[in-house]
Amino acid sequence: MTALISRNSSKIIGLVIAFCLLVVFFMSSIAFGQTPMTLGTVLDAFIHFDPASSDHIIIRTTRVDRAVIATVIGASLAISGTLMQALTRNPLASPSIFGINAGAVFFIVMAATFFSASSLLQYMWLAFLGAAVAAALVYFLGSLGGEGLSTLRIVLAGAAVSALFTSFTSGMLVISENSLQGVLFWLAGSVSGRTLDMLVPLLPFISGAGLLAFGLGNTINILTSGEEVAKGLGQRTTLVKLLMAAAIVVLAGGSVAIGGSIGFIGLIVPHIVRGLIGMDHRWVIPYSAVLGAGTLLLADIGSRFIIMPQEMPIGVMTAFLGAPFFIYLARRGFRER
Amino acid sequence: MKRHITIRNRSGTVSSRLKTKWAISLLSLTAITLIVFIAGLSVGSTMIQPLAVMQHLLGFGSGEYDFIINTHRLPRMLISLLVGASLGLSGLILQGIVRNPLASPDIIGITGGASVGAIVFITYGLGTMSIKLLPLAAIIGAAVVSLVIYALSWNKGVTPFRLVLIGIGVAAVTSGLTTMMIVLSPAETASKAYSWMTGSVYGATWDHVHSMLLWFVGFAPLVLFFARAVNVHELGDVTAVGLGARVELLRLGLLVISVALAGAAVAYAGGIGFVGLIAPHMARRLVGRSFAGLVPITIFIGGLIVSIADIIARTAFLPLDIPAGVFTAGIGAPFFLYLLFKKQR
Repeated sequence: MTALISRNSSKIIGLVIAFCLLVVFFMSSIAFGQTPMTLGTVLDAFIHFDPASSDHIIIRTTRVDRAVIATVIGASLAISGTLMQALTRNPLASPSIFGINAGAVFFIVMAATFFSASSLLQYMWLAFLGAAVAAALVYFLGSLGGEGLSTLRIVLAGAAVSALFTSFTSGMLVISENSLQGVLFWLAGSVSGRTLDMLVPLLPFISGAGLLAFGLGNTINILTSGEEVAKGLGQRTTLVKLLMAAAIVVLAGGSVAIGGSIGFIGLIVPHIVRGLIGMDHRWVIPYSAVLGAGTLLLADIGSRFIIMPQEMPIGVMTAFLGAPFFIYLARRGFRER
Repeated sequence: MKRHITIRNRSGTVSSRLKTKWAISLLSLTAITLIVFIAGLSVGSTMIQPLAVMQHLLGFGSGEYDFIINTHRLPRMLISLLVGASLGLSGLILQGIVRNPLASPDIIGITGGASVGAIVFITYGLGTMSIKLLPLAAIIGAAVVSLVIYALSWNKGVTPFRLVLIGIGVAAVTSGLTTMMIVLSPAETASKAYSWMTGSVYGATWDHVHSMLLWFVGFAPLVLFFARAVNVHELGDVTAVGLGARVELLRLGLLVISVALAGAAVAYAGGIGFVGLIAPHMARRLVGRSFAGLVPITIFIGGLIVSIADIIARTAFLPLDIPAGVFTAGIGAPFFLYLLFKKQR
């Protein structure tokens, strides 16, 4: 694959441009919605906050929180997708395809139904646990059978694990029947109605995992050149893989704990990034973070307008964007063989 | 005892050679189905003696259970058998078409398409149109999605792997569509639709049974005309074409039957998953690979899976009624994984 941008200086410029775009999307996400705001109002709300102005209150209580959460989730999902694709050497790897989202959702719903877990901190640990169980399951299954992680088989395994968790989740929801509507919206993936308080306890974990991913960039480059090569160069591949897996679980599980199951960001973004700048993970990971955040912000803005005055769950938006891409990859991938 | 039984009509359009083992399997399955049938009618929140159930069915019961059996349990039992039979057969056909034992209507998105069709009909069409058209809406949804999958997988022919993979992608789109419509609909319909989507035969009526029976009887027997060709098709496109089979036409014809059966089943029971996957496999274990022989065995096994799952689902957590689809997925998904990862031949 030839990358569009190959020189390091251009990569820095590209990253700066991407970051500027992200800021634009972030501001747009604050400004656009049921009550449109001017950019001036948005800036005023930060600089000269007026408690009497309803616009300022909307901005500071809901819009900003929503934009920040979309940014964090978008970045987390994209990084975890990048790590998964590098770890499994499977272009279709991503948290939703491999059933990691479904696993996290299942554990949260189970604990909420049977053990009346309700605090977000509990949700977070449950989401980590669920993500870890699903990831381990799929990875274990994928490594069986001798041939290693064949693309098709692991995707099918992910689909089956997803289906299993999803149907158990819905079984429990049907039994409990309480506030199904709210849970459904969360299940479908949403960044609305969340406050920053929900993000705060997660932030140390997510940023830790994100930093770990940034730090692993060069190590991942070596690992992707082949397990034997990496071992020969003195890399402790098992340790590296475990670290990557831990980062994946924290990033994907944390996203589900706040935003529910938002699919396909982790699939699309790494592909776009690698198309832009090539395979060097020192660059791929930061680019993924910025572009992932931007993509989810954009999808979130779209979700407010597409069926005004109602809001589309953002997970549905990302599925509509991502599934055609998945199909495109599936077609291309098999044409080459 | 002869080891084979040959079934053939005069012109040879229907022709198959079946083992005696097959006849024994068929008889045993019939017996098991009867037992499950009677057991299913007797268990529930009001227990009825199996003997009383039999008396009732044969027409000389005391009349005490008329309401429970005739209005509630019998239609539900019959629809679960029919739905299971249709899904099983649909899966068998699909596995024949893509020559991949991992294919089933729910995994490659056909069930999802049917769900979209049905939910669109429930949301926008029910006010003006009769509920009897619901299966048609589901079948149209399934057909549209199948065509989309087939067209997207087409690249100088269709390879089974690409078909399955693209089916998974399309299934994501259809599940996005259904989620959207459910989230946007009012709370009371949302709750009902959600339960239905997971796969439930709750609230089956005689109307459902009649209509489902019509679809099943209309389409299932057509399969036998393709039976010989499917056996040839299994050998691979090159061999099949060499032997004079018109593969694309054959696949299209089979796909129509498979879609119609899956669509009708989804209309009445929602997305009961994995039946179309497991039933054909169990049938193959029993009687081998001859397609014509597999058809009736798969029908029985499919019906048994759904009816047993539903009996458990409605009695295990009394008075709660859990979607049967939860249990079929609970058994089906691990089985699918086992198939996926067992040592390749």
